[in-house]
Amino acid sequence: MSIQTILLAALDGLSYGAQVFLVAVGLSLIFGVLRIVNVAHGSFYAIGAYVAASFSLLIAAEGWSPWLTYPAMILSACLVGIVLGGALEVGLLRRIYGKEQVLQLLVTFAVFMILEDMQKAVWGVSPYFIDAPLGLLGTVNILGINYSIYQLVIVPFFAAVVLVSLRYVLRRTRLGRIVTAVTDDREIAAAMGVDATRIYLLTFMIGASFAAFGGALASGSTSLVPGMGAGMTILSFAIAATAGLGRIEGAAVAALMIGLGRSLAVYMAPEFDVLVPYLIMFLVLLFKPQGLFSVQQTRKV
Amino acid sequence: MGITTFLSGSASVFGVPGKNAAELLIADLNAKGGILGVPLRPIFIDEGAGINQLMSEYRRVVLNEKAEVMLASVSSASCLALTPVAEDLEVPNILWDCSSPRILEDNNYKYSVRTQSHSGAEMLAAALYLVKNKADFKTVAGVNQDYAAGRDQWGLFRIALKALKPDVEIVAELFPKFGAPDYSTEISRLQALRPDVIVNTSWGGDLDTFVQQASARGVMTQATFVFPLGESSLQRLGGAMPAGVIIGGRGDHYFLHPKYAQEPAFREFVERYREKTSAYPIYPVLHMAQAISALEGAYKKAALTNDVPWPSKEQLMAAFRGLKFRGLTSEVSIREDNQGLEDQLIGTTVRVPEYGFAVLDRMSIYPAELVTTPIGAKSADWLSQIRLETANDPSIETFEAKK
Repeated sequence: MSIQTILLAALDGLSYGAQVFLVAVGLSLIFGVLRIVNVAHGSFYAIGAYVAASFSLLIAAEGWSPWLTYPAMILSACLVGIVLGGALEVGLLRRIYGKEQVLQLLVTFAVFMILEDMQKAVWGVSPYFIDAPLGLLGTVNILGINYSIYQLVIVPFFAAVVLVSLRYVLRRTRLGRIVTAVTDDREIAAAMGVDATRIYLLTFMIGASFAAFGGALASGSTSLVPGMGAGMTILSFAIAATAGLGRIEGAAVAALMIGLGRSLAVYMAPEFDVLVPYLIMFLVLLFKPQGLFSVQQTRKV
Repeated sequence: MGITTFLSGSASVFGVPGKNAAELLIADLNAKGGILGVPLRPIFIDEGAGINQLMSEYRRVVLNEKAEVMLASVSSASCLALTPVAEDLEVPNILWDCSSPRILEDNNYKYSVRTQSHSGAEMLAAALYLVKNKADFKTVAGVNQDYAAGRDQWGLFRIALKALKPDVEIVAELFPKFGAPDYSTEISRLQALRPDVIVNTSWGGDLDTFVQQASARGVMTQATFVFPLGESSLQRLGGAMPAGVIIGGRGDHYFLHPKYAQEPAFREFVERYREKTSAYPIYPVLHMAQAISALEGAYKKAALTNDVPWPSKEQLMAAFRGLKFRGLTSEVSIREDNQGLEDQLIGTTVRVPEYGFAVLDRMSIYPAELVTTPIGAKSADWLSQIRLETANDPSIETFEAKK
């Protein structure tokens, strides 16, 4: 294995890892705060992608500048996270906090199935395909290989922005401390005057927006098909589990590991391409069953 | 009649056009009085619900809804699961779109019949077209979906190509995940290897994503691409699909068919299909037309030979053997082993101002007898015996490049 192979694999792994990180970090954040395993998380990814694609089509149809597709992606992510995520939290999840996890799984799985059918009803079954974002920025040549600037720079850039700002907000701001306090002990935090219900809603909207943003960015480079949310749910679970559920930085490291592992596999053992994320998860969980970055939990009695 | 087809999941890009075609064609048939005066009532079953659900729905439609004939399926996995069920229920079962040659080569079924070709013929035709139309190539890479059909199709193509051109070097065999959203690494590796030819048997969203990402990174012009199932993606891909790509239509199917595009019945069907769905028909639509035409033909033939108003299912199955019928393109016949003999159309893309997407030019039609595995042989064994002369066989129809 040459240095060149490793470098090329790292560049490819970066773009892939960045995309799945955005989805996994949302899942992880929601679990960390709300303690709910949200199977419908991949639906936000898919719907974010479809909404962004619809905006792109609208922009193209109206003859507006194709550069507007980039802000439209951020807009669609917020829209999906706030409207759909908010409705789901207020209408449904609020009733099942603290209930058995099997029930939570079943309820969110039902939501996932309903949203899958809703996507088909709204956007149909034919693949959607938006080529403006990828084409606008062109390519850059590294070691004789053309990379698309969109995949190599833009997607990882946004992932880094999300990671850094999430870290900053959680560690350095008043809101972040409140969220941390609610995560630690909802009852005590509520007793101190924190509106925990509002924090739950806010966290869920943000987590859902991240997944939708991952989808919106994906809509620029991949075609949108029914069922795309399911694959992403599984992968983001693998990443969140590898990192330790609720670990933000851990999700970034795990996403990069899986991205890099997958790329190396394509160069060295393409047969194992599909297996690699789960192999990494398996190896990590074998030695650290709580995930790579898990912290000791004190058991509450 | 029961019809299994994908109404959900990524394969609904084939399943839904198939259903649309069935609705259109069955309405036409019923308007003429149905088959032997009996109108058809279709019951659609979603293949996307998973094999177990599919099998129980199939049984339900036969036992409770009393379907007299079944059309199954788009996916080879569905066909492999349903053919034994059809034997068990003793219900005539038409394999209308599934491609695996193994279904009929590894088994001897009484109640299942295939009204189209299989991937052995499809891959051979693509390989023959490639060696004939691309003069000097030494290196080939395969990028195929990691599931049964993706691996089988690449395996068959590889065997045929090695037999036709033993000196060819396979430089990479990549199997990205089925439904993968990102082919960055595969595309980087292809750029590093610079193979002369890149073969990809993907379809639907996967093929669209691959072409979109490869095209954005300028790879589509660095090699000759072969997409044996690409006919179904051309309209969606629009400007991303460049000229010079070799495209197959899984049989004798293309809405601008060089022999039939001007035929009134064909033209009228294309227009009506377009009115109903706002798209031009793709190969599953024409496969559905073949299945329904075969069904009509077999009932009529069985009634005539046995001199009965409505044949029994044994008489119907006997009538399929040796049946000749026409869907919307060339005539198809069914062999003694229940396998359909269907011609194969392959072409190369060009860009023309009339359409917002790439269309096929320099088409060749490979006659079914030339490219279909003979009765009793296994496709993998037979393809390994193919000789280069076959690529220049006089029975191949070629159509010159248009202006």
